[in-house]
Amino acid sequence: MRVSTAMRRWTSLLALGAALTLAGQAADAKKKDKDAKAAGTPYASTYKAYPGRPTALVGATVYDGRGGRIENGTVLFENGRVVAVGGAELAVPSGYDRVDGAGKFVTPGVIDIHSHLGVYPSPGVDANSDGNEMTSPTTPDVWAEHSVWPQDPGFSRALVNGGVTSLQILPGSGNLMGGRAVTLKNVPSRTVQGMKFPGAPYSLKMACGENPKRVYGARNQKPSTRMGNFSVNRQAWIDAKQYMDGDHAERDLGKDTLEGVLKGEILVQNHCYRADEMAQVLDMAKEMGYKVTAFHHAVEAYKIGDLLKANDVCAAIWADWYGFKMEAYDGIPENAALLAKQGACVVIHSDDENGIQRLNQAAARAQASGRRIGVDIPDAQVVGWFTYNAAKAMGIGAKTGSLEVGKMADVVLWNGNPLSVYSRPEKVWVDGAMLYDADDPKRKPVSDFELGQPGEGDVK
Amino acid sequence: MKTRLLIAALLVAAPLPVFAQDFAVTNATVATGDGGAPVEHGTVVVRGGKVVAAGAGVAVPAGILTVDGTGKWVTPGLFSAVTDLGLVDVDGVDDSNDTSANKSPFNAALDVAPALNPSSEHIAVSREGGVTRASVAAFNGGSIFAGQGAVIDLGADAAMLMRPRAFQYVELGEAGARFAGGSRVAAHTALRNALREAREAAALAPGAQRQGDVLLTRADALALAKVIDGSQPLYVGVERAADIRSVLALKSEFPKLDLVLVGATEGWLVGAEIAAARVPVITMPMRDLPAAFETLAATMSNVGRMKKAGVKVAIGMFAGMDQPRYAPQQAGNLVALTKIPGATGLTWGEAFAAITSVPAQISGFGGKLGVLAPGAAGDVVLWDGDPLELSSAPVEVWIDGVKQPLASHQSRLRARYNDLDETYLPKAYVW
Repeated sequence: MRVSTAMRRWTSLLALGAALTLAGQAADAKKKDKDAKAAGTPYASTYKAYPGRPTALVGATVYDGRGGRIENGTVLFENGRVVAVGGAELAVPSGYDRVDGAGKFVTPGVIDIHSHLGVYPSPGVDANSDGNEMTSPTTPDVWAEHSVWPQDPGFSRALVNGGVTSLQILPGSGNLMGGRAVTLKNVPSRTVQGMKFPGAPYSLKMACGENPKRVYGARNQKPSTRMGNFSVNRQAWIDAKQYMDGDHAERDLGKDTLEGVLKGEILVQNHCYRADEMAQVLDMAKEMGYKVTAFHHAVEAYKIGDLLKANDVCAAIWADWYGFKMEAYDGIPENAALLAKQGACVVIHSDDENGIQRLNQAAARAQASGRRIGVDIPDAQVVGWFTYNAAKAMGIGAKTGSLEVGKMADVVLWNGNPLSVYSRPEKVWVDGAMLYDADDPKRKPVSDFELGQPGEGDVK
Repeated sequence: MKTRLLIAALLVAAPLPVFAQDFAVTNATVATGDGGAPVEHGTVVVRGGKVVAAGAGVAVPAGILTVDGTGKWVTPGLFSAVTDLGLVDVDGVDDSNDTSANKSPFNAALDVAPALNPSSEHIAVSREGGVTRASVAAFNGGSIFAGQGAVIDLGADAAMLMRPRAFQYVELGEAGARFAGGSRVAAHTALRNALREAREAAALAPGAQRQGDVLLTRADALALAKVIDGSQPLYVGVERAADIRSVLALKSEFPKLDLVLVGATEGWLVGAEIAAARVPVITMPMRDLPAAFETLAATMSNVGRMKKAGVKVAIGMFAGMDQPRYAPQQAGNLVALTKIPGATGLTWGEAFAAITSVPAQISGFGGKLGVLAPGAAGDVVLWDGDPLELSSAPVEVWIDGVKQPLASHQSRLRARYNDLDETYLPKAYVW
């Protein structure tokens, strides 16, 4: 029997044992820090919003992403921005296209904080496998954006079936420090720069637990234990501090990233499963002077909801994946609900090219599991688990993730309640541009890879 | 706190129900699993571990235990086709994982039955999700043949094995090529050679020696003899349209093969041919990405289009992250497709049949499992809403008329951590 692509990716991580080549840092790149700064932001975003029409969504149930719910609501957007959100009394200005939303639902664009689209694209052939630079346990020097293949058909599926308008692409979890993540607008583009979310901060992907110690332990190299994991991490932070305090005469790409974290400019997205281990990581962050923005996967987060709340750390989780490896054995479907009960920040993530098409459904499953133990979380708050909370934990919460005046018009019109299995996106706008319309076959992206292939342009 | 501990202790000490109850569920929405639309205000009657009657206008026998189904749905138990249930505790912990054996000298002879563990956590979790029966398949180890799978029940008792050696599993396509040494050509050659050796081994008198030029062990060859004479179904893992055609063509060389396609991501491109060959399909329907070159035509409409072409299609392939309890969500998504212009989905009844009666039929238990019909097993699930909807879950599960415990490692953890209060004692004392 065959297993899913996600499972194959996981198991390939389990079976690593290839020979190691220590990454020689490019020590000869003797560039002055000020020279680098003078060159401006490297690999800068070239994304520009596509043209849109002033649009009024009228008569739908509106979830604003921040807990607000409006029956028979009206959402206005123009020039790529949300102009007004209100009830039926809100007048539709002249010149606006009116979209009848009766019986339908409107949410902010869906956001996935944990995706490997583009770095582990479809087809999942070895030649396309660019997500994990597993040649050294710490590779803060690599940037996911240099691996993203914008023609991954997974982007279009996430848009069409999942209403995903922004997503964070992370390096894999084979390393303790996997590299920089990149945040993208989910727009078809010839280049990665054309997808980069303007102004989004970088994140450093870190991983604790089984993966790094297994990958490097199998090579008889440090780390081979959890204490080895911490030792390597702590030394890396200590070295980075020295670098930060130095004259930057010799530029070090990896330490540039760690310095950014220590200065609070780069967020930390930390893959971590076990409760006790998350608590250790929080202490490491205190010791070294940085902040963990979100724990990813966090299947045991429900055991320390109070601690996560006190430390203002989000848990980015699946609804109910569990049991595929030892550190996932205690995963329970009530994870999100118990976190919410403690007042901790919940984000529903996918880590999966199929799951990203159904983040709304995963959230609904998690909500239902809570309801059955008496934790009743309103639909409007649950919608925030895959919109605003994700945006906040990616550092773009001031720009997108909710339907508020002045924010990006990243909007999904659903043909029914997004928390129902029977609903799908009907129309999706990114910065006010309609990039998907279920009723218009031409408003549906098809990647280069699919052209002329079986099923091209098919409803996927 | 003390009272809670006492109650918990009593719950643990309580004996498991082992006797079949006669009972009726009344005034519930009944979905019988036969492909039809659900019926409101229906009744299901179970006696002696078997379904006696189900539907509207069913009389409730006098004196029978009745369960009020008002506002609830009642259905047959779900049938999960092609799973790894009972073969693994943790995928990543090798010692706990019996799904494959890549260092074994055997392949087709491998028989999952003696390794099955009814106490596996995943059995309990799946049962909580309404799954009452399943077929279990091994993963391939060092050969295109994964070995012989079984059909099981998920009852909370030791007797889980319903039918050992229920099918043989062979992997063709890209995975088969890898196991055969590097190409589809090698996989098809290996398959034909194996079947030829099986035929020869089966024809030998007891105790007679086989000729020297054989590749298969005797055990493997003899196992495949059941495949050649059609007494054991052959499940074929295959995805690409061209590969499916090559599999269907095997019937002209080996006419008695009882084929079942597993995967068939591009099945919709050859739906009429699959239907004409009367070969059923077990697939995971929401895979819509060209994850490999053999799945370039992947689409969520695959199931709907195959069904339209006359193919018998079941939802299955539950292993790893694709948990058996997700079957209703998969089925529900097929209903959702009916609202998407250009897509092909299933009606509610068809979608529900694809996770109940159809996989049961393909597994050799048509009319006996996955359906609420007179004479069928008393596998009954009472749901708190539409079983395909994300907000719904089972509230009662019976298997062969025996009421099942709905508890697991997960349910105990959730009870322990319902609050984080350790004022008086650590959490370790809350059990």
